[in-house]
Amino acid sequence: MSLTDKTIAELRDGFRAGDFSAREIAEEFNAAVDAADALNAYLVKTPELALEAAEAADKARGSDSLKPLSGIPLGMKDLFATEGVLTSAGSKMLGNFLPPYESTVSANLKAAGAGMLGKLNMDEFAMGSSNETCAHGPVISPWRREGSNAAITPGGSSGGSASAVSARIAPGATGTDTGGSIRQPAAFTGICGIKPTYGRCSRWGIVSFASSLDQAGPMARTVRDCAIMLEAMCGFDPKDSTSLDVEVPQWEAGLSSDLKGKKVGIPREYRIDGTPGEINALWDQGVEWLRDAGAEPVEISLPHSKYALPTYYIIAPAEASSNLARYDGVRYGLREVVEGGGLHDMYKATRAEGFGDEVKRRIMIGTYVLSAGFYDAYFTKAQKVRALIKQDFRKAFEQCDMILTPTAPSAAFALGEKSDDPIAMYLNDVFAVPASLAGLPAMSVPGGVNGDGLPLGLHLIGNELDEQTVLNAGLAIEERAPSIELPKKWW
Amino acid sequence: MSVTQEQVRHIANLARIEMSEEETERLLPELNKILGWVEQLGEVDTDGVEPLTAVIDQQLRFRDDEVTDGDIRDKVLENAPDAQHGFFAVPKVIE
Repeated sequence: MSLTDKTIAELRDGFRAGDFSAREIAEEFNAAVDAADALNAYLVKTPELALEAAEAADKARGSDSLKPLSGIPLGMKDLFATEGVLTSAGSKMLGNFLPPYESTVSANLKAAGAGMLGKLNMDEFAMGSSNETCAHGPVISPWRREGSNAAITPGGSSGGSASAVSARIAPGATGTDTGGSIRQPAAFTGICGIKPTYGRCSRWGIVSFASSLDQAGPMARTVRDCAIMLEAMCGFDPKDSTSLDVEVPQWEAGLSSDLKGKKVGIPREYRIDGTPGEINALWDQGVEWLRDAGAEPVEISLPHSKYALPTYYIIAPAEASSNLARYDGVRYGLREVVEGGGLHDMYKATRAEGFGDEVKRRIMIGTYVLSAGFYDAYFTKAQKVRALIKQDFRKAFEQCDMILTPTAPSAAFALGEKSDDPIAMYLNDVFAVPASLAGLPAMSVPGGVNGDGLPLGLHLIGNELDEQTVLNAGLAIEERAPSIELPKKWW
Repeated sequence: MSVTQEQVRHIANLARIEMSEEETERLLPELNKILGWVEQLGEVDTDGVEPLTAVIDQQLRFRDDEVTDGDIRDKVLENAPDAQHGFFAVPKVIE
């Protein structure tokens, strides 16, 4: 077994037991990264940083001063500012931006001993569900439909992270999730991904998209690996005004797939017309797996579910239009100067040149819903519906401990299949968005494959700050779901 | 409510994005489709509902009133497209 086939837990334990060195781990992953350019997953490779951390880990092993992630190299979504390492957020707009500082989450991982393999490709400014909005070309999934060579999307926006973990060119990677950007790509590539409660991970140094929704989280091959990474990523940060000043639980130590006494809510409103039979069949199977683990299924109602997506597509673009106002060609990134023009001409030319179509579309929507005369009709209305969606969950969690749904309404699709219709693309996140609007922890775990041999995910939503129940239920599914065969290496 | 070509031009100007006539024409049906779709929120009775601004209940913290700019002016200016005399430089603002 090659080291790149091992999970984070296996690498950690094997390294500690002296079965292999951190240097060997880093070298194998660096080589695998170099051999996988066809996936377009890495925008920047940092083999020297992976080796530097490995060297420190090997030394620490000798002196008995190991850290939780000593010896583990990780991939970093390009949305995280990394000191001195190109950070583009998948956009042309940031140009050759070299952050003079490190994001809190990536700094936390570094402090826990992890190395960095490189920066992972993503939809431009995290706006997209297929990686097709990336300015540097889309990431390709290592997965293919049986009998077809068509390029499949790894999902988005954390598509580079998903593709890298499932292709074994990173044992784990960071992702960010505003409306499903960790969970949908995890489902599309047969891996695990968890978005914690809003406020658990500091947003400081993460390129902002929609600040009331943005949350970082880990993407890895197993539930245990997600727990390990999440523990290192979370923590109070005074530099983020919405950071939660609460203790970070020991999620890995707390893992247990015994769900006796737990109730799993099945929301009736998530039975949506037009959902493929294989998705509903997997959902039913998931309920049985959780029942087998000791949980009691209960039907619940989340009456405002159907309004979650339209609510999201007011709030997220509104916040984005405000956040992305900072790209003005003055302080960093691209600048387009108009011959004989003034400051305003420079702003307009710079933003026309730097932003891609989807980003412009969302800035336009956001600007409109925030503009004088429309603010109350759109933005305030959406915030009120968001309050009702939050209340739905509050009531639901009086009756259950976790909620099970499918992660996405389909398996991964081929590149180009949905890029003509923005709303069809937005519908990818129909099951993921409500938990984002409510700030709740939610996770995707692999459930099996569809008729074409592509992975499908199951989605678990937990109550505020109860990541443990989500992880435990994820573990129960992982132990019962058929193990998914790795994609065959074609790249 | 649907937007007009004129409004699209106005929004583009508010958003400070230069757009050709061709682009605003292409965007018009797209924006109207999205706006038509989000208007289903009108069906929801939100009378007396407080708009949600903070998704997890928490108190905003106070911090000490101290400058915390990192004292790294030159490092910050390294990313500027044009920096002069320790400032960001921009095209002429006043005629």
